[in-house]
Amino acid sequence: MRQSNTYIYLFSGIMTIVLGGMLSFAAEVLKPFQKKQIELDTKKQILGAVMQLNEQDDVLAIYDDKIQSIVVTYNGDVVEQDDSGKPLIAEKVNIEKNFKLDPKERLFPVFKYNEGDKTTYILPIFGNGLWNNIWGYVALGDDFNTIKGIALDHRGETPGLGARITEKEVQERYKSKKVYNSSQELVGVSMVKGEGKGPHDDHHIDGMAGATITGNGVNEMILNYLGYYENYFKKEKQRN
Amino acid sequence: MSEVAEQPVAKKKSEALLSKRRRKFVSDPLVDDNPITIQVLGICSALAVTVQMKPTMVMSIAVVFVIVFSNLIISALRNLIPNRVRIIVQLAVIASLVVLVDQVLKAFLYDVSKVLSVFVGLIITNCIVMGRLEAFAMGNKPWDSVLDGFGSGFGYAWIILTVAFFRELLGSGSVFGFKVFEAIGWESFPTNGLMVDSIGAFIILGIIIWVQRTKTGYVEN
Repeated sequence: MRQSNTYIYLFSGIMTIVLGGMLSFAAEVLKPFQKKQIELDTKKQILGAVMQLNEQDDVLAIYDDKIQSIVVTYNGDVVEQDDSGKPLIAEKVNIEKNFKLDPKERLFPVFKYNEGDKTTYILPIFGNGLWNNIWGYVALGDDFNTIKGIALDHRGETPGLGARITEKEVQERYKSKKVYNSSQELVGVSMVKGEGKGPHDDHHIDGMAGATITGNGVNEMILNYLGYYENYFKKEKQRN
Repeated sequence: MSEVAEQPVAKKKSEALLSKRRRKFVSDPLVDDNPITIQVLGICSALAVTVQMKPTMVMSIAVVFVIVFSNLIISALRNLIPNRVRIIVQLAVIASLVVLVDQVLKAFLYDVSKVLSVFVGLIITNCIVMGRLEAFAMGNKPWDSVLDGFGSGFGYAWIILTVAFFRELLGSGSVFGFKVFEAIGWESFPTNGLMVDSIGAFIILGIIIWVQRTKTGYVEN
């Protein structure tokens, strides 16, 4: 009886239902906790692009104090409501979902970090690494040219190779690099192939040995997204 | 008739919860039959998650949890599981437990879960877990299997924690994030980049195996 096909089907069926039910129940119960953690993590990453956070810092309080967020369109206009008339919250804009749309239809959050009378513009970026998506935040100074800092993260890059984009040491390399060349063309900042080949010019930095494809993904992502924000940069410059 | 038949069953059950035979289930995998140093299983995660103590600790707890409960469940069901699909059943149980652990980590220890990333998921393919289910839980009673799970789990845990201790100490100069060398006034302690790399884990693991086999006299044949 234990070896009959009917028994095997029955056993497998019941097992699938029991285990599946248990997992969906757990996922439902844990969802609010996970959402909170993700919100905290997002705000940490946004702030991480411009400052060094300590473990005991109250991230949410600093965020509320320093960050002012808006959402802009591809044309650089500020939007406050979505299609159904609900107010748009920049932190809730799903960059990954927007990534699948045509760039002209996407929504682009801008996080302004105010320190004294200086404003730093923190922009989300999203793209493809070697194995899966990579994303991050670039902080630009108010000349819309100098990189003040960057925070990068990934879903499935190889630990020790591509996953190194999350390391502070790699992210430090972007500091005070320029994204526009002398003839005012957007060129971004690129990782070169290989490591320790410096010194580099204003638009290039050391890559990560063994993770050239992840590096290319990061380069592309930065260039693409800064391009999407160019209209906003122009309008914001006029406003200032 | 029935009274006579019940007697030996009752007698058998009176074996102490931690009799000598059962204590061996826990103590054997700690040194003499250690899953990492003797059976050389689970090396991949032993290299990958041992850069720092904290994620290693979480990983150890996760593996002990998965191995104990999957041993318990499979052992309890061992007479119901159809032989032809037993590996799939084992995998399904392990995978469910691992996904559960992953979800809990994401809800309460988000930072650690980001560090461990795929390696929590890879507990599913950790040969230690599958190996214990197939070799032990399929043929033994639930309590024995639980003890066996603890044994193998702790055997795995103490090795990766030892590796992590030395890697974090020498590679980052800290233990559980606490800067040891700065605390004793040696601020210019030269951290060793090799230890942060997986090569460092190989070296330390090799030294542990060397020391252990020198002491126990174990020889592979």
